[in-house]
Amino acid sequence: MKQSLNLAAGLLYLFLYAPIAVVIVYSFNTARFGARWTGFTTKWYGTLLDNPAALSAARNTLLLAVLSTAIATTLGTLLGYGLDRFNFPGKRFFSRLLYVPVFLPDIILAVALLLFYSLVRSLLGLFDLGLTTMVIAHVTFQIPFVAIVVRSRLAGLDPALEEAARDLGANGWQTFSHITLPLILPGIMAGGMLAFTLSLDDFVVSFFTSGPGSTTLQILIYSSVKRGITPDINALSTLIILASIAATIVITLLQRNQRAAK
Amino acid sequence: MKPSRRDTESHYGAHLTRNGHQLRSAITSGPAVLWLSVFLLIPLLAVGAISFFSRGAYGEIELPLTLECYKRLLGFGLLGFDPLYPVILLRSLALGAGTALLCVLAALPLAFFIARLRLRCRTLALTLVVIPFWTNLLIRTYAWQILFAPESWITRAFHYLGVINAGEPLYPGVLAVAIGMVCDFLPFMVLPLYASVEKIDWSLAEAAMDLGANRIQVFRHALLPQIAPGLLAGIVLVFLPATGQFVIPDLLGGAKTVMLGNAIQQQFGQSRDWPFGSAIAFVALGLVMLGLTLYARRGAKEGPSLL
Repeated sequence: MKQSLNLAAGLLYLFLYAPIAVVIVYSFNTARFGARWTGFTTKWYGTLLDNPAALSAARNTLLLAVLSTAIATTLGTLLGYGLDRFNFPGKRFFSRLLYVPVFLPDIILAVALLLFYSLVRSLLGLFDLGLTTMVIAHVTFQIPFVAIVVRSRLAGLDPALEEAARDLGANGWQTFSHITLPLILPGIMAGGMLAFTLSLDDFVVSFFTSGPGSTTLQILIYSSVKRGITPDINALSTLIILASIAATIVITLLQRNQRAAK
Repeated sequence: MKPSRRDTESHYGAHLTRNGHQLRSAITSGPAVLWLSVFLLIPLLAVGAISFFSRGAYGEIELPLTLECYKRLLGFGLLGFDPLYPVILLRSLALGAGTALLCVLAALPLAFFIARLRLRCRTLALTLVVIPFWTNLLIRTYAWQILFAPESWITRAFHYLGVINAGEPLYPGVLAVAIGMVCDFLPFMVLPLYASVEKIDWSLAEAAMDLGANRIQVFRHALLPQIAPGLLAGIVLVFLPATGQFVIPDLLGGAKTVMLGNAIQQQFGQSRDWPFGSAIAFVALGLVMLGLTLYARRGAKEGPSLL
């Protein structure tokens, strides 16, 4: 029984990692085309650095992720705080609406925004597709994740901590900046990391809301795959995989510290 | 619920007037509520509205208002009954359900395996599940194109086992899409399921065994009720996004695996029939909302939430 469980788990890990491993392995393959292994090389990583399209896509991806994460973390944190502490008309509705982007197939959000942009463009002349429309789109699916994480962190706080600060004479802002903010900071950081990773990982929403000159790494990979996989795309993907692994480890460690602090 | 939560008089040790409460609420929730109203709610409603318009000769959106798109979606086109779109809808639901089922079957042994490890190994084993979860879906999907190449040993094994006919490629095909989907969505099932498995009260299983229950009975009556919340959360997390998947069938499938997501992309892309694309998207949105509502109703009874 125990052995068959171990065997099954081993095979499933193999299944999960097979695609990741094959991309990494083939990024060192000398063959330009096809799936045949012909020898070891690191030259594809060199060609990547000389590839202006890849470099500009990397720049766009990072710019998009940094800008959207900054906006979404600010708005999402405020929303998480507002939902936890204050009431407003329609609060229940918006609390529910927050979960929609979490489960919505991303293509629906993507075409909804594409449609919205084009309607507004034909009426007001705003929203030419490009980096701006992509940032807006990313912030839209990032805000709920940040707000949900921050709100759940706030819900776990002991109100006595803030009440004690007020009893000791701190004003509202002092209480917030010295007590509340440090306590929810791990939640804000976790939410921000989540938002950043989601932005880096996004292909579908970017694909529909991008314009000429705002190609991201994901769009570049997709169009290359459509033409036929090449080893330099495997090299690019390998670098992205390594970045995701590093990010996962950082997040895991952050969470562990957070738990230890509790 | 903390006692001071709803009390406006003493709000976390502060004394807030009604106006002060409203002002703070507007400053904190206001910007994001406005953002989500403009860039989430209105666009989704616009999809619904546009689905009742007609397509102009050059792909523009124009009057009259009509139910034509929905008729077409149900198979009643201008040229008589055409099952293309009902088939796509059913195929998406079937592939989504199939993916969820296979993920359950794969996640069960994995979750139990992890839960039985020592604490230190458990963190490592969980991180190993989380890494693919955070690794780009596009990359993990196109990798299967390499693994399913005609000369690869996987394709040869499938030929040998007779799962696919000799000479027939594995990719593009339904099987390739299904394998890609299960691989991509498995972590979404393992994580919530593990959260339930970890909390299992094993004394119930022992009691059942003492009372003479066999393994299947123990699982069915002592363990399954305990892991049901995690199982349900995982099914929702896999089924809903899987049904609307666009990348996986696009990269691993062909004309025979067109799903809702691909149909939407086609209408907004090459076909340039935005009203019809909107109708498909609106139906998909309706399915997601239905699923979420059913889940929320059930979740309210059972307690634990997804996030």
